[in-house]
Amino acid sequence: MTTTELAAPDPGPAAPGPTPSTTLSAAQAASASREDKARISRWLLSAPALVTITIFGILPLIIIVIYSFLKAAPYGGVVWSPSIEAYVSFLFQQDIFTEELVFSPDFLQIYLRSFIFAVGTTLLCLVLGFPTAYFMATRPPRQRNWWVLLITIPFWSNLLVRTLAIMFIIRDEGLLNNILIGLKIIDQPITILYTDFAIVLGLFYSFLPFMVLPLYASLEKLDFRLVEAGYDLYASRPKVLFRIIIPLSKPGIIAGCLLVFIPALGAYVTPLILGGGRHMMIGDLIAQQFGSGRNWPLGAAQALILMSAVLVALFFYVRATTGKVKHGQG
Amino acid sequence: MVELTGLPAVEAKNVTKTFGAGPDAVVALDNVSVTIQQNEFFTLLGPSGCGKTTLLRLIAGFELPTAGSILLEGQEVAHLPPFKRMVNTVFQSYALFPHLTVAENIGFGLKMLGRRRADRDAQIEKMLKLVKMEPMRNRKVHQLSGGQQQRVALARALAPHPKVLLLDEPLSALDLKLRKEMQIELKRLQHETGITFIFVTHDQEEALTMSDRIAVMSHGKILQIGTANEIYEHPVDRFVADFIGETNFIEAEVMQRIGNRGQIRLPSGIALARELDPIAPVGGKVTLAIRPERIDLVKPGADCQLAGKVENIVYFGTDTHFHIDLDTGGDVTVRVQNRRGFQEVLKQGDAVGLRIAPEAMQVLKD
Ligand SMILES: Nc1ncnc2c1ncn2[C@@H]1O[C@H](COP(=O)(O)OP(=O)(O)OP(=O)(O)O)[C@@H](O)[C@H]1O
Ligand SMILES: [Mg+2]
Repeated sequence: MTTTELAAPDPGPAAPGPTPSTTLSAAQAASASREDKARISRWLLSAPALVTITIFGILPLIIIVIYSFLKAAPYGGVVWSPSIEAYVSFLFQQDIFTEELVFSPDFLQIYLRSFIFAVGTTLLCLVLGFPTAYFMATRPPRQRNWWVLLITIPFWSNLLVRTLAIMFIIRDEGLLNNILIGLKIIDQPITILYTDFAIVLGLFYSFLPFMVLPLYASLEKLDFRLVEAGYDLYASRPKVLFRIIIPLSKPGIIAGCLLVFIPALGAYVTPLILGGGRHMMIGDLIAQQFGSGRNWPLGAAQALILMSAVLVALFFYVRATTGKVKHGQG
Repeated sequence: MVELTGLPAVEAKNVTKTFGAGPDAVVALDNVSVTIQQNEFFTLLGPSGCGKTTLLRLIAGFELPTAGSILLEGQEVAHLPPFKRMVNTVFQSYALFPHLTVAENIGFGLKMLGRRRADRDAQIEKMLKLVKMEPMRNRKVHQLSGGQQQRVALARALAPHPKVLLLDEPLSALDLKLRKEMQIELKRLQHETGITFIFVTHDQEEALTMSDRIAVMSHGKILQIGTANEIYEHPVDRFVADFIGETNFIEAEVMQRIGNRGQIRLPSGIALARELDPIAPVGGKVTLAIRPERIDLVKPGADCQLAGKVENIVYFGTDTHFHIDLDTGGDVTVRVQNRRGFQEVLKQGDAVGLRIAPEAMQVLKD
């Protein structure tokens, strides 16, 4: 292709020589084809990434969007006729007798509860994860890798197994209650399992490493000479923490909060086991529509509503927290 | 030179600082005692690793002495954390806060001290003016050049008007021209604010030109404390003489002594009367330190203390360095200003005489 393009403007043997304009266009054609080549190779290089994103990201999303606008088939699956029933039934319920649509906040309440749980989990992870990460980051360099390893040990076993383990610890006849009764601190077992507290505890335990690791990465890079400079300039310990260490580890705090909040919001296994099915979260709700509920469009609509809510929340969160950091980290 | 009030601002009493324990222990400071007067521009001078930064960190409160005590204005301060000492540091790395603007950096200390906003703003303006950074008050640290950052670090440390300002090689990252400018600026600042400056450098010229007094350190010990002139003209030992400026060392023998005066004999056989260190016994050796510019070159055979041959001539513009091989062994460097005189006609290999005034020969302790 390149050669033909180059040959085309050639004036042929009759011409006394290439005029300035023809040489120019030949050169332009050559450079244009070089650019084409570069563009093609760029596309080729990014092809694996594009294919992956398309197959595993965009296609499923499109399917979900389509399903959410269809009708539910009686035994699961969908009927191919367009409808916004799923979205309507998210907020309204048909009265059994009058067939009138009545506003029903049931799903909204579950969403709100899930948001509260996720926020609570995130805050709990932050409050306990920060000192942990700070402790790790201030160890001698060789010790630090061991602490990172210890933090990641829970990942070596399955989330389900770990959640069941928590269940055995906190149930009425579990380890915790037995110890407390044995020590005569209490005489009746405290009911923890199948409460909201159990869910948040489980979420906190599952997601703590996702908070600690980005915080650690941020704190490890922290220039502790700045901390000394703070002390030198009359900042007491709490002031150094809030005015120097925390502002400087903001990228880690943001990353950690996102990594905990988003999966916590959509958590499925933990609320299912530790909430005993009585205390639902969004994840269980959606799973239910695809399972026993046999209402795929509703499940798809619920998933999309969750996603939109997360995107909106993210947008505001990132806008509120990053602006300053970008300048500060230069 | 600044008028000294004579009150001690900082005292170190038999301070020892050891890092680590057992066989790996590093003695960073070894029984250091020094008194720094109020209003003084005091310089710690010494090679890398001699303990200068460690001494500053002890005064600032970042470290506690292993033994001995640190006093600020006569008060023992072991129990005071850094944020309760009216001492500020200009860090070697500047350590400016990257998340704050220039003005916020300068105002940080005042804010922590709980000063009212109006007072703070006024002081920040004053400091910005002092370091000529007014147009950059709203910039972030990473938008500043090295020299500008250094000036902000200085302003930040000066803003709370500490009693003592510690400066850890604050000029080491600057180019020669900016460095000279900042040296003058620092002297001016110290003069205007009346704050005690403790300045760390390993640049001897910087130390000599700026300081009221200098402490020369080596291996965790203070070897000599004195004015620039005292240290240059009367170094106590070989290390100080060698570290500060160029020095020739010549061995001499003690012939006799009465009290602390005695007769010594140069290798060339010439005898001199000198004050002697009490430890030098009759028949023992002493080392004489002689500055290259204190030796005159004369015609061989003329009245002189030593004789030799010109081995090498190096032209330096304002002066010329002659390397002379002594007839009695060893060599010396002689620095002669470039003006009309005997040295003009000298060539390599010529025989010369070296005339040295007796007071230019400093007897060292070891
Ligand atoms: N935290 C520490 N742990 C172990 N050894 C240390 C520590 N701080 C300093 N030292 C050691 O103490 C000695 C003095 O260090 P110091 O930093 O005071 O030197 P310095 O005179 O400031 O040198 P430089 O001119 O290179 O800055 C050095 O041998 C150094 O290795
Ligand atoms: Mg140092």
